[in-house]
Amino acid sequence: MTKNIYQFFFIYLYSIITLFLLAIIGDFVSISIFISKNIFIYKNIFLYSLLYAISFFAIRIIITNRVSNIFIFVISLALSYFFLINKEINTYQLLIIISVFIAFNLLLQKYFTTKNFSNFLFEVSFLKFLKTNSLIFFSFIIIFPFYLMFVSSLKSQMVLLQNPTDLSIPFFYSISDFFSSYIAVITQYNFLNFAINSTIVSFVTVFVSLFFSIPGAYAVARLRFAGRSKISSSILVIYMVPAIVLVIPLYVIFSQLGFRNSLFSLMIVYPATTIPVALYMLQGYFKGIPYELEESALIDGCSRIGVILRITLPLSVPAILSVSLYVFMIAWNEFLFAFMFLDNQEYFTIPRGLYTQLDDQEVPRQYLMAGSVMITVPVLLLFFLFERYLVGGLTAGSVKG
Amino acid sequence: MFNLNKEAKLAYTMLIPTISIVFLIILFPIFGNFWLSFKEVKLGDLRAPQPIIKEKLKTKDIEPGDDILIEYRFKNSSQKKPIFNIEINDKISEFISPVEIAEGCSVNNNLLSCYFEEWKPKYNEKIIFKFKANDNFEINNFNPKESKPRGAADADNILTNLKFSLKNFQKILQKNETIENIKVTFLYSFFATIGALLLGISAALLLEKNFLGKGFFRGLFLFPFVSPVIAVAFTWVYILDPFKGFLNNYLLNNEFISEPIFFLGLKKVDFLGFDFPFTLFIVILFESWRYFPLAFLFILARLQAIPKDLYEASDIDGATRIQQFFYITLPQLLGVISLLFILRFIWNFNKFEDIFLLTGGNAGTRTLTVQVYDEAFALSNMGTASSVAVLIFILLAIFVFIHQKIAPKDIEE
Repeated sequence: MTKNIYQFFFIYLYSIITLFLLAIIGDFVSISIFISKNIFIYKNIFLYSLLYAISFFAIRIIITNRVSNIFIFVISLALSYFFLINKEINTYQLLIIISVFIAFNLLLQKYFTTKNFSNFLFEVSFLKFLKTNSLIFFSFIIIFPFYLMFVSSLKSQMVLLQNPTDLSIPFFYSISDFFSSYIAVITQYNFLNFAINSTIVSFVTVFVSLFFSIPGAYAVARLRFAGRSKISSSILVIYMVPAIVLVIPLYVIFSQLGFRNSLFSLMIVYPATTIPVALYMLQGYFKGIPYELEESALIDGCSRIGVILRITLPLSVPAILSVSLYVFMIAWNEFLFAFMFLDNQEYFTIPRGLYTQLDDQEVPRQYLMAGSVMITVPVLLLFFLFERYLVGGLTAGSVKG
Repeated sequence: MFNLNKEAKLAYTMLIPTISIVFLIILFPIFGNFWLSFKEVKLGDLRAPQPIIKEKLKTKDIEPGDDILIEYRFKNSSQKKPIFNIEINDKISEFISPVEIAEGCSVNNNLLSCYFEEWKPKYNEKIIFKFKANDNFEINNFNPKESKPRGAADADNILTNLKFSLKNFQKILQKNETIENIKVTFLYSFFATIGALLLGISAALLLEKNFLGKGFFRGLFLFPFVSPVIAVAFTWVYILDPFKGFLNNYLLNNEFISEPIFFLGLKKVDFLGFDFPFTLFIVILFESWRYFPLAFLFILARLQAIPKDLYEASDIDGATRIQQFFYITLPQLLGVISLLFILRFIWNFNKFEDIFLLTGGNAGTRTLTVQVYDEAFALSNMGTASSVAVLIFILLAIFVFIHQKIAPKDIEE
């Protein structure tokens, strides 16, 4: 008896989880493909779950160990009906909902119809099911904001205000309407200029930071000198220094020296903040290169610089690539220093420009979203192209964020 | 021995660029921050006081031999500080010669030069200089404004002088706000860290086993972390907007709520009889969402290094999955979790952008870092801003010290 209660509790729990998840996902799929109307009623979801669990459990115990496909079909239809009561929906949406439910029930059957109905196996199947659902949940909470950012940037002001829950991509727009926010952001708000500034600053940061950290990393990794251990241990401590502690004095100093309001100020601050971590990541990699290679070259009469240029650097291209990407992302995403240092519009980087130009109640939201898409896309593109290197770099460097 | 020296010399040469830039842009400003925190510096003090001189021709229709009146206006740019040893130079036209000029001034070779010992704060005076037009005076070539008067003066620069006071610290510690902000900062750092770790652990457990599409999900899970903070923060602000936002409209359409919720503007909500800091909670959720990928990545790497025979042995003993998680997986992960905890805690403690962009520090989410910004630019007081930054630095130094004591020596996996 206790065993049955235990199992029933699990089925109920998991009906709730799944129904909620399916309702939300189904809703979102539907409002992003079709008309902007939510198709599910959530109010009675607990009741539905209970109904579902009872019927499933009863049939499961009374009739057979395996739930028949007909039952699955029937219960899917019934649930769809309960959910859709009083809602005006079209045929496509109906099809989506029914297929969502059938998929749900098939999954349920797969996990809960083991021959040996022991508590242990039950728990295992429950966890498996939870895992599948969690994967859906995680993907959803990550994709949703990015998708909404993208969709909103394509809408017109009127559509956005009339129906904020409309997630469909407006394919019926003409090309110029489709990208009208992007065109407006570039022509009216000077975004091209910001993008150029951001690109310049980011590339300079990457080069300076590599130029400084490669020799430093090599020295820490390979050469023996007094204070070596001190330096390598203080690198990470320096990395913990909060930017907010640096920004006020740097603001004061740069104001006095007269180069606060310029790209140059960013070009020296960004490398300084990225060099410690670049050095840390690189020296870890350099240490992994077999020393015998360098030693034999040294014995053959090659100088240290020659060894670095001819042996170490060619062997550490992946590490240098991951460091460059990582530094590029930091510089591209950086907001605080750009926000504090830059006053003139002509020097704005994208984050700075986005903040001042578009974050205003007067400015239509789709422009803000279009700006956000424009700053996000290059980063995500780079990330997808070089994901392998970046993931390695992120774990090796114990990265700040 | 010789070889070693040579090697050390090379090492130092290679490290000089790094050390010097770190010293200039990181260590020196930290020192500068401490320096500023003991000085009452206002935003306006960053521009040093200087003499301002303007000239104006008072006489019209000049004929040779006439008197010419030129008005000089002397002004101290500062409202609060005197300036000393003021020297003024102005080239005057060769067609005029001085008749009556102010005390301290002299004309030599068409060069008017003046010297004043001190101008008080707010000093602002108009002095009329009397000149006489020479016989060769030509009205068309006469333009007293053709050369701008130049002035130079010494002023007490508050940034570099050696006057210190504890007033900034007094000011910030007397504010009730500061104590409240410290509390908020701790709550925020602690719970955002816990949230990120919990999400990170769950995400890592999901991707522990190999399956089709694992690489895709791993890339996807890192999205919030690699995207620019400004873009994701604005997107969430837009989603949570009480009137135009998606979430409120969605909830309203489904009749979950009857009126919009101000997600980012609700300081306190009565929850079972105690005040629940609602907006802070939302901000913590955002932080957990944004930073779980880092925890996820580290924990995933550690998970895959756990020996499989531990699980096999426990399977034979009849342990359930939940027991396996609590008795095998979690103890194995403890090292990396504690390390991540302290790192994330410190980084959350330092975070400025996220809260600033989400709420601007309103609705009970003002952390110390936002206070630094507000002191410096809303209240225009660099001194108190630095002293808040010093407070942050000291608290952080304590954490880093703890971290150094308890963390494993090598951070790498």
